[in-house]
Amino acid sequence: MKELVVISGKGGTGKTSIVAAFASLAKSAVLVDCDVDAADLHIILQPDVEHREEFSGGKLASIRQNDCTSCGKCFELCRYNAIEKSTSPDGKRTIYEIDRIGCEGCGVCAWFCPEKAIDFKESINGEWFISNTRFGKLVHARLGIAEENSGKLVSLVRTAARKVAADNGNELIIIDGSPGIGCPVIASISGAQYVLIVTEPTLSAIHDMERVIQLTKHFNIPTGVCINKWDLNQEISNDIEKNPDIKILGKTSYNTVFTKAQIMRQTVIEYSDNAVADELKSLWENVLYEIG
Amino acid sequence: MKVAITSLESSLDSQIDATFGRCQYFIIIDTDSMEFEAIKNPSLSASQGVGIQSAQLIAGKNISALITGNCGPNAFNVLNQSGIEVITGASGKVSQVIEDFKNGNLKSSELPNVGGHFGAGQGGGRGGGRGRWRM
Amino acid sequence: MKIAIASGKGGTGKTTIALNLASVLASSAIRTTYVDCDVEEPNGHIFLNPEIEKSKNVAIPVPLIDFTKCTLCGKCSEICEFNAIAVTPKTVVVFKDMCHGCGGCFHVCPVNAISEIDNIIGIIEIGKSGDINFMQGKLDIGKAFSPPIIRELKRNIPSDDVTILDSPPGTSCPVIEAISDSDYIILITEPTPFGVNDLKLSVEMVRQLEIPFGILINRSDIGDDEVIRYCKKEQLDIILQIPDDREIAVAYSHGKLAVDEIPKYIDDFKNLFEKIHKAVQD
Repeated sequence: MKELVVISGKGGTGKTSIVAAFASLAKSAVLVDCDVDAADLHIILQPDVEHREEFSGGKLASIRQNDCTSCGKCFELCRYNAIEKSTSPDGKRTIYEIDRIGCEGCGVCAWFCPEKAIDFKESINGEWFISNTRFGKLVHARLGIAEENSGKLVSLVRTAARKVAADNGNELIIIDGSPGIGCPVIASISGAQYVLIVTEPTLSAIHDMERVIQLTKHFNIPTGVCINKWDLNQEISNDIEKNPDIKILGKTSYNTVFTKAQIMRQTVIEYSDNAVADELKSLWENVLYEIG
Repeated sequence: MKVAITSLESSLDSQIDATFGRCQYFIIIDTDSMEFEAIKNPSLSASQGVGIQSAQLIAGKNISALITGNCGPNAFNVLNQSGIEVITGASGKVSQVIEDFKNGNLKSSELPNVGGHFGAGQGGGRGGGRGRWRM
Repeated sequence: MKIAIASGKGGTGKTTIALNLASVLASSAIRTTYVDCDVEEPNGHIFLNPEIEKSKNVAIPVPLIDFTKCTLCGKCSEICEFNAIAVTPKTVVVFKDMCHGCGGCFHVCPVNAISEIDNIIGIIEIGKSGDINFMQGKLDIGKAFSPPIIRELKRNIPSDDVTILDSPPGTSCPVIEAISDSDYIILITEPTPFGVNDLKLSVEMVRQLEIPFGILINRSDIGDDEVIRYCKKEQLDIILQIPDDREIAVAYSHGKLAVDEIPKYIDDFKNLFEKIHKAVQD
């Protein structure tokens, strides 16, 4: 079983549209949406949810006001400014409350509270799904707004996908990764067999691509690149192609079919058989060859 | 001498569990008396730092060696620094592997044999791995 | 005044809008600071080519064990929620890149065997690009936590300037850190199914923060009218629509700003600021 992760560094380069196209082209693959902050793959794949589970990203503290003596120990110890201090309406008492968004889940306040007046419990902050789509199984998730630990959710989703693939005898897992280079991306690519970076010929996208390439090098994962909208700036595209550190697996054109297919809730392959579809097919062949 | 073996079930007849951090059971056995205890892995449902937790757990049992399939860098680090020999690449029936170990047929590893899910000691270490991880 | 620019989906044009707005303000003699809070992938510098005058490492305090005092009692491992410390009968092993720097181990150690040392996770840089004050943060490759860098950036923002905060994409912790105490939030989207889906998440996020906000539809003519219908239904304020202009895309690809290359957009950004200014004062 092999895992292919598609990432981009910079958002909006067409990563999800390309993953959706791969879903059309792959014969037997499990699809995974690891872009749990802004999951979009389901919009094209229209999943039918078969299994749903809640996700706890970690613990959160909360102060039981009845037991709190306003000693201020928690306020003093919290390094994330997540304890809010205010005065009671009658002006007689200082009130300490946990700011849910600021809380890092370290539990230091609960541990040291002399009155044991702070609860520290697992919090539900997302859910994940195994679904059926017209291309096979999709494992995806939704993280609650302003919730932490998307990296943990990403790991969970990948673990679930490996189980699905093992149970159904799928040889390949195609993962729509997260943007950036931080926690969720690291969780998306760690231990995978191959990373495809979707970039575009803009200075920003190249800058971001270089940072993700450093990351895949750091984790020792073979990496290839697709230049999407390559004809937007042919000069910059040529520069990318000339870079000896970058293995180009395909180029796709700046074309409105990406948006049109999306509006029809179709993959580009389903929507049209034009030149872009051919470019995507050849990209897919190259990716398969690289994965081996 | 006391050793730990990762196992799919709680008896000596069961198969070795190829994973370390997320294995089903740790069998802690005295290879002289063949007395053993099977510990259900409490970290199975945790999602970060399982290798570290598991390593800490079995190191606390005063073992001299760990026998498993794969061991990542974080767990290896903890075991190695605690003077515990790490033997990877083991497979088959637990009782047979113990015999092989007693006969000196197993070699200890000087390095972790699988990549870090997050690199060595990398932030947030969450179960990645290469294939054989289970839920 | 702090104006944050955010979007659920990446690549909708946050940096483009933030920089064009900053540039128009600065050339209207308003003291302006541009802050690139997308510390995982900062791009603003590509367009501004700032001269960096000051830089500062950002670090997380991680434990250092004094083995002459340590009794291997295991308390530090017990308190650590992030599994960053293992204690065995022989030794203590610290995984500094898993440490969130909460200080729990430092406080709990009964024999004061733990001190704290800095683990550098990134850098912040402060400088100037023409009339624009420039700030950015950069997360080191392979490090997982960006919020501490964003926090450090925000501690250094000059208080009198109009500050434009260029946020990372999404709706999770780094985004909240970037936008949480701003006076106004511009949510950028595009009229596509992905754009609308991600806009809904952003709106939910901003409503929780209770900060006034408006919607900017970029490449407003590329898709369908679902986003307009959504904004009407939710009574959201559409503060600007910018059409899909290949000239903007090409300028962007070279690292150039639309308002410098295509002057007709200057008034759009001036009007945008007027609207925001008014909304903040109300």
